[in-house]
Amino acid sequence: MPAQDPVIRCRNVWKLFGHSPKNYLETAKGGRSFDEIRQDGYIAAVRDVSVDVGKGEMLVIMGLSGSGKSTLVRCMSRLVDITGGEIAVDGTDIMKLDERELIQLRRRKMGMVFQSFGLLPHRTVLENVAFPLEMRGQDRHDRRERALEVIKLVGLEGREEYYPRELSGGQQQRVGIARSLAIEPDIWFLDEPFSALDPLIRREMQDEFLRLRGMLGKTIVFITHDFDEALRLADRIAIMKDGAIEQCDTPDKIVLKPATPYVAKFTEDVEKSRVVHAGGLVVPVNGYALEGAPVDAGATILQLARQLVNDTREVLPVQGKDGAIMGAMKRQDALDILLGPV
Amino acid sequence: MAVADFSSTTTSGRGFRPGLSAMLLGLAVFLAVLKPFLPAFAVRLPDAAVLPYDVWFQSLFDFLKDDLGLIYVTRTISAGLEWLLDITANLFYGKHRWPYIGPMPWAAVAAVVAIIGYALKGWKMALLGAVTFVWVALVGQWEIAMQTMSVIAVAAPVAVFVGLVLGIFAWKFPRFEAFLAPVLAIFQTLPFFTYLLPAVIFFKVGPTAGCVATILYAMPPMVLMSTLGLKKVRSEVVEAGHMSGSTRWQMLRHVYIPSARTEILVGVNQVIMLSLAMVVLTAFIGMPGLGAKLLSLMNSLKLGRSFEIGVTIVLIAVTMDRMSKAWVVTQPVHYERGTPWWIRHRYPLLAVGAFIGITVLAQAFPILAEIKRGQDLSIGSEIDSVITAILSNDVVTGVTGWLRGFLVTSVLIPFRNALLWLPTISILLACAAAGCAVGGWRSAALASGFLAIVAATGWWDRAVITLYSVISAVCVAALVGLPLGVLAALKRRWSDPILIACDTAQTFPSFVYLIPAIMLFGVSDVSVVFAIFIFATVPLMRYTIEGIRAVPEEVAEAADMSGATRMQKLFKVQLPLALPTMVIGVNQAIMFAFFMVIIAAFIGTQDLGQELQKTLAGNELGKNFVLGMCVALMALAFNHILMRWSEDRRKTLGLG
Repeated sequence: MPAQDPVIRCRNVWKLFGHSPKNYLETAKGGRSFDEIRQDGYIAAVRDVSVDVGKGEMLVIMGLSGSGKSTLVRCMSRLVDITGGEIAVDGTDIMKLDERELIQLRRRKMGMVFQSFGLLPHRTVLENVAFPLEMRGQDRHDRRERALEVIKLVGLEGREEYYPRELSGGQQQRVGIARSLAIEPDIWFLDEPFSALDPLIRREMQDEFLRLRGMLGKTIVFITHDFDEALRLADRIAIMKDGAIEQCDTPDKIVLKPATPYVAKFTEDVEKSRVVHAGGLVVPVNGYALEGAPVDAGATILQLARQLVNDTREVLPVQGKDGAIMGAMKRQDALDILLGPV
Repeated sequence: MAVADFSSTTTSGRGFRPGLSAMLLGLAVFLAVLKPFLPAFAVRLPDAAVLPYDVWFQSLFDFLKDDLGLIYVTRTISAGLEWLLDITANLFYGKHRWPYIGPMPWAAVAAVVAIIGYALKGWKMALLGAVTFVWVALVGQWEIAMQTMSVIAVAAPVAVFVGLVLGIFAWKFPRFEAFLAPVLAIFQTLPFFTYLLPAVIFFKVGPTAGCVATILYAMPPMVLMSTLGLKKVRSEVVEAGHMSGSTRWQMLRHVYIPSARTEILVGVNQVIMLSLAMVVLTAFIGMPGLGAKLLSLMNSLKLGRSFEIGVTIVLIAVTMDRMSKAWVVTQPVHYERGTPWWIRHRYPLLAVGAFIGITVLAQAFPILAEIKRGQDLSIGSEIDSVITAILSNDVVTGVTGWLRGFLVTSVLIPFRNALLWLPTISILLACAAAGCAVGGWRSAALASGFLAIVAATGWWDRAVITLYSVISAVCVAALVGLPLGVLAALKRRWSDPILIACDTAQTFPSFVYLIPAIMLFGVSDVSVVFAIFIFATVPLMRYTIEGIRAVPEEVAEAADMSGATRMQKLFKVQLPLALPTMVIGVNQAIMFAFFMVIIAAFIGTQDLGQELQKTLAGNELGKNFVLGMCVALMALAFNHILMRWSEDRRKTLGLG
């Protein structure tokens, strides 16, 4: 992580549902497993989570249904009040904000996209997209301009006057995305944005999303239950189970070194050569004599397959985005990933 | 098998129930048999034990009214309402009050209604609206119809507004909802006479009192529907509102209320229909309009003209119902960009244009403004003579006369006497047994407690007579309605038209049902039972059809594939699954019957309704209230037992 402060900083965050969760958490501080807590009559939706999201970073939170991933993102946006711990956004503890400050925070800094879109059925596309601008009192002309701009950005030009029910699922989610971007938020939350769409549209929307992400450079927290989607989109992935984070790391590391048997179950069937990049296999140069043309750190092993098979060098130099040599990649390591261990 | 196992495990904790309930029932029968040996206080509460509740309530009301000065508050409200009522009265039928503009020409009103109908649901709805209002004008009932409409035009919007506000509060504050729920339940079962007298005493005789009674009567469903709608707004929509940085007011105004649109508009529909039903009944406190005219015509047994007014009321009811329901389901449709404003707003423009155009035209052709006496096409007196001829036909009088004689002497009177003969304690125990069977001792205590209060007021005999009419009529309704409902549900071709017929019949103001009853059976117990019977059959058929149709297709197919005959499928699969819904229908039939039996006081009964009607002449608010509570409590006892059973059964069957 870069040295600057994280945009979102979670420390020992707990969210319990039950009769009087605050008291329970104080008396039974830590140490209790998900099942023990359930036997005590509480549901631990988020269990002692500490995670940072850096500026411009995209964190994907992956977990099966009921793992607490949706609750965690709602804690970060304070749609849900946490039971214990601390969440800071740009250094401010969001649990200390009063209603007005919270509304201001959302009006200036946050945007969110929902699984089933959360569109207002009585408003046209244009009115839906302009809704956050209307809430903060922007005048009619300005908000129309801006709304048309984002509608164009998500490729819904010409549909401004339609009502949500007149659009397909994919189009509705484009409206949801446009609405979340209308206020030019710094932080962008996406709660399983593509899960309700059919596979072909999902693929198309993922590409569209990658395009937007490249253009906008926002800090993103993305929720999904689809491991492939997580691998495809993430800078870092946090895998959740029973409210706790099992492992939080880059896709390369998760695939190469799953921290727990639970994570390993997901990575088992993944074709690693598609996921792992040359940069993920880098070892320090010391001792190796580097020669010849370097490979790109950002290239996947699959992309380098032909070269790896034909090359005769024992170790290959790896160069980063800036062109500097990051270190060395052992050819054998890469071949192991491509062909499976001997 | 799985279902049976499941039910036995869920009820095992309360397994003593059937035994206890059988014991209670046995005790009830035992005491009834032993009646001659029972102490007098078990047979009937002695007069000495009846406390003067009516006097106490009277002094409570007097205290509220005079000492606490509630009368000044209500008089202020009256003044406001009266101002509104004067405006609508002037516009609708030209009462000489500010703003001195009216009356609106009938043809202009009819045209505007037709255009509204077209905008809502195409030319069929337009035709319905136009036919209704042209009919009203042509048969010469325009003025009385507009007297009625002018009250609805004030009462319905006020009821919608107040109901929505209360609904929002109930949704925001669960404690307020917990307090409001039983109050609304009582409001919905109180007989309408109990709305009328307080309205008169607190709110001035005339249209104002009628308007207040109508508002109170029509409001409960609005409260319930708005609370329901607000609770049902999808959490993601709410979260999207929060994430857009909405304040609380913006959330309510832009997110919650628009998203609850469907439920709120269903509430509006119910308010309109209940307003119409009640406003007709306000004839009993001297409100002019369709109800008053109908009442006086029926009093003088002018059945043909009553029939004409009945048709008017039904047409208006159907029009208002269909239009407000069409409003519920209308979805916004977009216009392409660049559509000029006069196309976007073509319906309002058209309506205003038609209204102004016809009003101007009416200056030249006064017949468009008002159809005077002698110009109308009423054939009421002709129908009068036709009906008289038919009814005096030997065959008809023979059949109805025989039926009446047979029913009265062999069925109704013996049944009534049997009920009256039963000791109070037996009826209370039987009720406790039923309560115990469905919901354990709490339900038993609740249901028999309700009846015990009725006994304690000293109106037991009158109450039993009311009960007798209700039970007889609902039994007949069940004998006719359930088989018809089953038949209709099994033939898909029939069920749709019958459902529509039921829906339509349900919108008729209850008063209308008296017309055929009096026509056929004159003034007798049979016509009371008959009027209640047709009124109560409607929900029975409706819920039977809906219950059977809601049986999942797969379950029916599974029965077919198991080789069930049609009868086996019906009795082993469809009816058991439909039963919880059918019981809701029975419950509604009973609620309807309690409503109708009070109106039947008009025909001449000897029950609580008759006593209630008598109180209207004076100002015995206390007695009126006690009588009203008696009716409400009996209805609530049935309601509790039947609904409790239905809910439990649904849960056991996993019907959600």
